[in-house]
Amino acid sequence: MIEISNLVKNYGSKFAVDDISFKISKGEIVGFLGPNGAGKSTTMNILTGYLSSTSGVAKVGGIDILENPYEAKKIIGFLPEQPPLYMDMTVNEYLNFVYEIKECKLNRKKHLEEVRQVTKIDDVQNRLIKNLSKGYRQRVGIAQALIGNPPVIIFDEPTVGLDPKQIIEIRNLIRNLGHSHTVILSTHILSEVQSVCDRIIIINEGKIIADEKTESITQVVEDNRRYNVKICGPQREVLNTLKGISGVLSAELTGERELDSYTYLIESERGVDVRKPVFYAMSQKSWPIIGFEAVGMNLEEVFIKIMDKASK
Amino acid sequence: MFAIYKKEMRSYFTTPLGYSFIAIFLAVSGFIFALSTFQTQTSDVSGYFQIMIFGYIVIVPILTMRSFAEERRTKTEQLLMTSPVSITSMIMAKFLAAFTMFAGTVLISCLYYLPIFDYAEPNVGKAVGCLIAMFLIGMAFISVGIFVSTLTESTVTACIGTMGILLGFVGASLFNGLIDVYFIRYILSWLSVYSRYINFTYGIFDIGAAVYYLSITAIFLFLSVRVYERRRYA
Repeated sequence: MIEISNLVKNYGSKFAVDDISFKISKGEIVGFLGPNGAGKSTTMNILTGYLSSTSGVAKVGGIDILENPYEAKKIIGFLPEQPPLYMDMTVNEYLNFVYEIKECKLNRKKHLEEVRQVTKIDDVQNRLIKNLSKGYRQRVGIAQALIGNPPVIIFDEPTVGLDPKQIIEIRNLIRNLGHSHTVILSTHILSEVQSVCDRIIIINEGKIIADEKTESITQVVEDNRRYNVKICGPQREVLNTLKGISGVLSAELTGERELDSYTYLIESERGVDVRKPVFYAMSQKSWPIIGFEAVGMNLEEVFIKIMDKASK
Repeated sequence: MFAIYKKEMRSYFTTPLGYSFIAIFLAVSGFIFALSTFQTQTSDVSGYFQIMIFGYIVIVPILTMRSFAEERRTKTEQLLMTSPVSITSMIMAKFLAAFTMFAGTVLISCLYYLPIFDYAEPNVGKAVGCLIAMFLIGMAFISVGIFVSTLTESTVTACIGTMGILLGFVGASLFNGLIDVYFIRYILSWLSVYSRYINFTYGIFDIGAAVYYLSITAIFLFLSVRVYERRRYA
């Protein structure tokens, strides 16, 4: 459904997108993951015809976006990073305008009602967009992308600015869309792609560094052996004891402290669960453990892991 | 294209912009009309139109300053440019909407002529010729305004920039009396929107001037399209 080959976009000597290629088949939900400035938005903007590529080909539904933009744009629904809303229109006026500009052929009243219901903006339909909260605006933006039922839907950071409940709703919505549409969404939140996408494409500095099924990236993430432990006791001795436990690869102070306790970051060897030995070692010395938590990986660490994995 | 035209027209009337344009236009034109006809006791309206060209320098940018600058500032142009609408029809839609506002207001201001019929027999043919020239000049000015608006994100910059360019176009030949070199005088009056209007005041429909005004329109609309196309590659 979507085919990108050797896409390059540079601004002078700065490459925003540096020779990326991928294919997305019908019905897939693909997550674009990467830190800010990685080239996610640029790729999406090229795919939707907002920007032109320096070189390379972007095809949507077999149609080249540069050669036949008119036909290609008809089958894409796009939510840009900042929802393109006209502040002096009401929600209904806006949706009607989008309906017309997209030359939608579906039954207007029924279709718009469907879209409003699916994005839960029915109750604000007659309000001016400038008076809506950020969450509602975002949902109006999503509604806009759904108008005309385009087979390809592209969301640039769809859950930014939403509260946790809305985020869950939008994720469910995207999952449902995946049954009948091809969806690309970008985010810099790892858990978001994990919960919604079938496939993850990780981009950093304009290059694809991983393109894998969600499960295999989840494996990398769950292969986590680091813990933050909060222990009451003399700093140096606790540290030495921790280092002495078999299976502990390293232990260090995180610098976080609370009354008489310090937080230590420990990393265990692969395949060893050090939590029990740590507990027994500390209880032997009567240094109470008052906190114990697994450290989640941030995006950079996942990158490093994935790049390590790829180079092996 | 019609969808964008409709949207533009609605936005003129859902924001104070359209109303202020009409109000300022009618106030300025009414004042000038009274001065140049009733006050000078003539039924010839060509002089009124001649002065109005200077009024347009200030009035037309109000109409066009927002058209693209605002879309760019609020990022709504992203919606337009990722919709199945060509850049040309997007620019034409905005141009036509602004022209509709302009032409509509000019037509309203034609009500001023009615009292003249009370005390004189005005030359209707000449007035209609001048009116057509006004429409053409309006088109040229609007296309300049649209072009400047595509260049910037700020409506204020668009407004002032447009005024500057229009002032250049109108005033190019104003100081010809001070210039000794014939060649420069010739070029300046060739360029000047104002001096090309002179023939209309004699009751002549100057085809050359009409073509000139239409050419300015075409050139600036074309440039606007190019600005948008180039921005995609930038």
